[in-house]
Amino acid sequence: MDDQKKLAIIATKGTLDWAYPPFILASTAAALGYETQIFFTFYGLQMLRKDLSGLKVSPLGNPGMPMKMPFGPKWFKDISWNIPNAVQSLVPGYESLATVLMKQTIKNNGVATIPELRELCQEAEVKFIACQMTVELFGFEHSDFIDGVEYGGAATFFEFAGESDICLFI
Amino acid sequence: MNFDKELDARGLNCPLPILRCKKSLNEMTSGQTLKVTSTDPGSVKDFAAFAKQTGNELLSSSEAGSEYTFFIKKK
Repeated sequence: MDDQKKLAIIATKGTLDWAYPPFILASTAAALGYETQIFFTFYGLQMLRKDLSGLKVSPLGNPGMPMKMPFGPKWFKDISWNIPNAVQSLVPGYESLATVLMKQTIKNNGVATIPELRELCQEAEVKFIACQMTVELFGFEHSDFIDGVEYGGAATFFEFAGESDICLFI
Repeated sequence: MNFDKELDARGLNCPLPILRCKKSLNEMTSGQTLKVTSTDPGSVKDFAAFAKQTGNELLSSSEAGSEYTFFIKKK
């Protein structure tokens, strides 16, 4: 009998912040002995690209995101920059700047980078499945993605998800 | 306490201490003890949960200042 626990994740988001939950949960589950699969669909495909530098974080329309500076004296770091949506949308490069600052904050806090977490998942034999339909829909080629990715559809997902102990949509 | 291997996970944040711990245990043999030092306050509950779920025994979990020390015996 196969009594190994199973975790199935669907990853649908394509931003730097939303790349964390699937990779953190999958790598940790694998360390705990779970057999783990992530099904990447729609914008989640961004997380499988060879080049992950396109992953960005957008503070625009995200009132839950604290905007703080990752450098300078403590009083400066503690300031919460309340920048109106209208300004964020008008300033060119605002998203890229926010991403640079976020990456610095991640580094300062000893949090792993996305490429690092993805590699840890692969080392732990987490299976990555890309949704073939959305690969074509968005005009991607298999060569855009890292090695070791399998391609399938909804039925492929259910084959594993139906047997899973935990199933998450992220 | 005696140990066979040591892991310095200071400065690392979730889930890295657990992942590094698992990697270290993989390189050890059954019955050996791993000492882990971390600074992540979340690791106290995480190492207890890791031990419970993987069957590796958490021999001790202690705190001194802002550092946490764990001794884990490999299953």
